Amino acid sequence: MHPLADILRRGLVWRAGQPSRAEPTGIPSGFPALDAELPGGGWPAGALTELLPEHAGIGEVRALGPALARLSGEGRWIAWIAPPYLPYAPALEAAGIDLARVMVVRTRSPQDALWAIEQALQSGACGAVLGWPGKISFAQLRRLQIAAEGSPALAFLFRSPLAAREASPAALRLHLQGMKGELAVKILKRRGGPLARPILLTPAPVIETMRETMRRPAPETDHAVDRALPPPPAARILPARLVHG
Amino acid sequence: MAENRHVLDCNAAAFAQGVRPRMARAAASALVHGLRFRERDVQAERAALEGVAGWAGCYTPNVALVAGPAGPGGLLLEVSGSLKLFGGVPAIAAGLAHGAAEMGLTACVACAPTAHGAWLLARGGACSPCTALGDLARRLQPLPVEVLGCEARTLATLEAVGVRTLGEVLALPRAGLARRFGAELLGELDRALGVLPDPREFFSPPERFHAGLELPAEVRDAGALVFALRRLIVQLGGFLAARDGGIQRFRIELFHKETRTDVEVGLVRPGRDAEHFALLAREKLSALALREPVRRIALAADEILAVAHENLDLLDDTLKRPGDWRSLIERLRARLGNHAVSGIATHAEHRPEAAWRVTEPGVRGSALEFGTRPLWLLQKPKRLEEVGAAPQCGGALALLAGPERIESGWWDGHDATRDYFIARAPTESLLWVYRERGTERAHWYLHGIFG
Repeated sequence: MHPLADILRRGLVWRAGQPSRAEPTGIPSGFPALDAELPGGGWPAGALTELLPEHAGIGEVRALGPALARLSGEGRWIAWIAPPYLPYAPALEAAGIDLARVMVVRTRSPQDALWAIEQALQSGACGAVLGWPGKISFAQLRRLQIAAEGSPALAFLFRSPLAAREASPAALRLHLQGMKGELAVKILKRRGGPLARPILLTPAPVIETMRETMRRPAPETDHAVDRALPPPPAARILPARLVHG
Repeated sequence: MAENRHVLDCNAAAFAQGVRPRMARAAASALVHGLRFRERDVQAERAALEGVAGWAGCYTPNVALVAGPAGPGGLLLEVSGSLKLFGGVPAIAAGLAHGAAEMGLTACVACAPTAHGAWLLARGGACSPCTALGDLARRLQPLPVEVLGCEARTLATLEAVGVRTLGEVLALPRAGLARRFGAELLGELDRALGVLPDPREFFSPPERFHAGLELPAEVRDAGALVFALRRLIVQLGGFLAARDGGIQRFRIELFHKETRTDVEVGLVRPGRDAEHFALLAREKLSALALREPVRRIALAADEILAVAHENLDLLDDTLKRPGDWRSLIERLRARLGNHAVSGIATHAEHRPEAAWRVTEPGVRGSALEFGTRPLWLLQKPKRLEEVGAAPQCGGALALLAGPERIESGWWDGHDATRDYFIARAPTESLLWVYRERGTERAHWYLHGIFG
């Protein structure tokens, strides 16, 4: 798309004589196959998106990487609320996310987590809010959906795959499953009806990056961890490297 | 309300039954059965007045206190320099009345070209502002003589000769008035009419903010505390606006019967938005478990700082303006605790568990490059089951890449000699696992998840 047209479409320029509200458009997910199926051509802002991953570690958060990197690059905040594990700074940085725009919120109770998600959405300060609310009722989801509607942020709720059977007021619901190293995204609910066939994504190919790292020559430093080691049987060595950049 | 043996003021119910100010206490008791007296607390009156004076500084720097010898005191504001900024006398008067109401006080606002003239008009009851000096005498005429600050004996004499209003006093011959009542009464009238100069000493607000409030009843409920606290917070907002300053922390003091609970509220950067303070205070107080009921509440801010001003955008409307992330963090911290909200940064360290740091949100560290790292790190590596030295996690793990050898930390006792692998579980989850090296029996651990 033409850069100028792109800027105008995203409502970054206000033109006199036009209503100031830009059309609701999505934030590109970074996966054209997924964007093609999402209303608005990307992750919807101002609506609740539910992600229902079958297991942790299939790429459920990596799939958001390109969008989060883009938002944080624009100086907008990414709030991680009640994450199940520690969001690991080196990996976020490698995904292109500006860590100075990352806020991690730890909560003690599910009520606090819901409250924090609502606050983050209502504040209008965040570009994306990622929440792990645990068990959540329809009324509570409805409340979050309303908070999301008034917010410029992407609102992602991570829920158990069992929640797929329950009704939800969320505008977009995606079921995620690992499939032969790829991520199969099934659209359970979207504006314009669900999508029967899953979309296959390859979020941030971990293995390829790893092999690439192995091929790259190690920097010439005289550090204990960089010295050659006797190769263990049946495996190549990947020396740990740390490059100050 | 009583002072010594006389009624000072009474509520509407008592007034309806015949109780009047300046009536003897015994007479009032005889009129109304079960009348309750409260002693006048001059010190509390003075403190309240000074609090309002500090707040009123947001309209003009020239604020003077008037302590009524008999009856309530008041404030004099010289607003001639502030008319343009605040949009005229009616706007300022409305703002003063509204602010006083928010602080739980009832203000009687009057305006006149002379300070004492305004004071007499205010004592006579709220009225439309008088802005012309030539108009002032006419406006003062209908006021009762009780508005004057002269002695009770003078008032009694005036009443005895049938003089009830200021107009009638002014109509009396000056020489006779001076002979009978001394120069005091004439001087007061002349100052009110602008014939004599009326210099005033302006109030200088204290360096720190401290204001307290006696609660009418013992309070256990956070909501009621917030309601009372709001009055003090409004006062703080005006105090800060008058000084063009902000605060980065304030303290709420809750006084119990014998003990005291202090609640500290911190802000990410100096601010002076009363609404925002009230919001933070509410979150903080609702998270508080009160062991004892509260009898008195106070608000203190010790350090007044400069605030950064922000310009408003010409085109942007408020809907599109991004919210303030600092106030979001403050709100979250007020309820969840200071440590609940943080930023993260990478750290130059080989051991994965030490390669990141908790930081203050918004702080940018140096960009570092690591190998392939998982999005999720486990707080503590989890020992994996093994079947014939092969790691298991919901089934046998397939090692996809590795090992990445990390050998570090021997100098600080947290020695790590590990070979990291990327493994795929039967559930299609990508895991970051390692094998402990250097021990007799090498164990497998799960350290991260490629979320």
